[in-house]
Amino acid sequence: MKSSSTYDVIVLGAGPAGLAAGYAASKAGASTLIIEREERAGGILKQCIHDGFGIIRFQQKLTGPEYAERYIRLVEEQAVTVLTSTFVIKVNKKEDGFELQLVNEKSGVFSLKAKALVLANGCRERTSKQVFIHGARPAGVYSAGTAQYFVNIMGYLPCKRCVILGSGDIGLIMARRLTLEGTEVVGVYEAKSTPSGLARNISQCLEDYNIPLHLSHTVTRIIGTDRVEAVEISKVDEAMRPIAGTQQLVECDGLILSVGLIPENEIAEDLGIKLDASTKGPLVDQNFMTSMEGVFSCGNALHVNDLVDYVSESGELAGEFAAAYGRRHSERRLVDIGYSNKDFLYVVPQYIDAASDNKNVVLYFRSRDVRYDAKVAIKCGNDKLHEKKHSVMRPPEMEKLELDLNKLDINGANKLEILMLEG
Amino acid sequence: MKTMTCIICPRGCSLTVEKEGAEYKVTGQMCKRGKEFAVNELTNPTRSVTTTVRTVFTEFPRLPVKTDGEVPLGKIFDVMKELDCILVKDTVKSGDVIVENISNTGINIVATISMSLMMGVS
Repeated sequence: MKSSSTYDVIVLGAGPAGLAAGYAASKAGASTLIIEREERAGGILKQCIHDGFGIIRFQQKLTGPEYAERYIRLVEEQAVTVLTSTFVIKVNKKEDGFELQLVNEKSGVFSLKAKALVLANGCRERTSKQVFIHGARPAGVYSAGTAQYFVNIMGYLPCKRCVILGSGDIGLIMARRLTLEGTEVVGVYEAKSTPSGLARNISQCLEDYNIPLHLSHTVTRIIGTDRVEAVEISKVDEAMRPIAGTQQLVECDGLILSVGLIPENEIAEDLGIKLDASTKGPLVDQNFMTSMEGVFSCGNALHVNDLVDYVSESGELAGEFAAAYGRRHSERRLVDIGYSNKDFLYVVPQYIDAASDNKNVVLYFRSRDVRYDAKVAIKCGNDKLHEKKHSVMRPPEMEKLELDLNKLDINGANKLEILMLEG
Repeated sequence: MKTMTCIICPRGCSLTVEKEGAEYKVTGQMCKRGKEFAVNELTNPTRSVTTTVRTVFTEFPRLPVKTDGEVPLGKIFDVMKELDCILVKDTVKSGDVIVENISNTGINIVATISMSLMMGVS
């Protein structure tokens, strides 16, 4: 690779989003390069050995490694290079695109140019120090992903008797995984009054193994200096504040934290790209382009998805639009998509480019709380552009709706609204 | 009457099952697989098992594997115990059979990644 190389599209990250973006960009005719900081492509899928991936994308129930291998093969078929063990030091915006400063063992520090960038950096787990719990952080406190790495990649059992805090999917998956490998999982504790993970994971990971789920409970103290010896559990009120006098001690040598994922956007922030306070990902239009021309975002860096199939879907679209970016000449005309925080956790994309040729808009959203028989409508001024009844919407389950802009007149509009109406 | 969550796909339909004579009446499913699932749950619940087995390779110590079909829920720990004794010595491909007829279930254990992707110079 020459240091002066210029690519049409450079994708940052070779997880499911980045592999899909690289594959689609190359298939659309763009010269494409994928950069990955780890030694191997595949991202977190490498350690997600459980199944349930790919039902939408491949109409087949695959394990994480199988799903990753499918995309690694697709990328290989397109002859896209994945530059592994390579870190991005800095991205500079230039007049004709972007200049990336990179470092790896083989080439030292070097630079590459790209006309368009796809940010597929994924997300990170909230760490033990970002979670407010009294007491120290001795050995035995692990994020669910770290515990998963120890068990599935290294083959180490991180604890013999553990408590899991948080009912997110990775926590539920780890409750089953640790049980199968011989750890006694005392229970899963969730501060909210409803589970965070998918209903199927409550069923097949907890109920199958008689692991209790305690809603409206949290860990308020970690006991132990060198190693976890016990945790203090408290009931919480509706505002998730611990209720005095409800404390109980649970002896254990491990505390697994499954308390949320945060999109990774250090590079986006460095570039001055605007982020959404709700998703923690960049603001994008229907072409996955961020507030900075030529920079696209997809997968869990854009917003935390519940299915990898959607991660790949956004990756393929972002890759395709990044490939088309160089051929575009018209200016963007952005129309805001407004929503109420009382009804929605978030809506992606945050705006629609009315000048774009892409009239097939896919909106992803999550309801604020569990809603039964509610209608979701799109309004433009007084015109109702779309209406659909949803028998049930749950915050852990992302909803998706498609809009055909050819059928809508948004040319004069400055704002679209997405509304939730009683059924 | 019994309620359950269908685990066939991520949609996770809430199913209600009622026994009417020898027949089961299932409601709440959004596709036909829901009924089959509900009846199986009450007669012979089965699950896929995914886990890892030991390898001789230091740079890739655990090989992810799965059952190539579903095994009875009550036999999962027998499957796990049998897999504790497995040591993979070859560079296997995704889909290669690692154990035939695990715990006499008629189901095989297969690899879920091609080790060449995870080892050696990339």
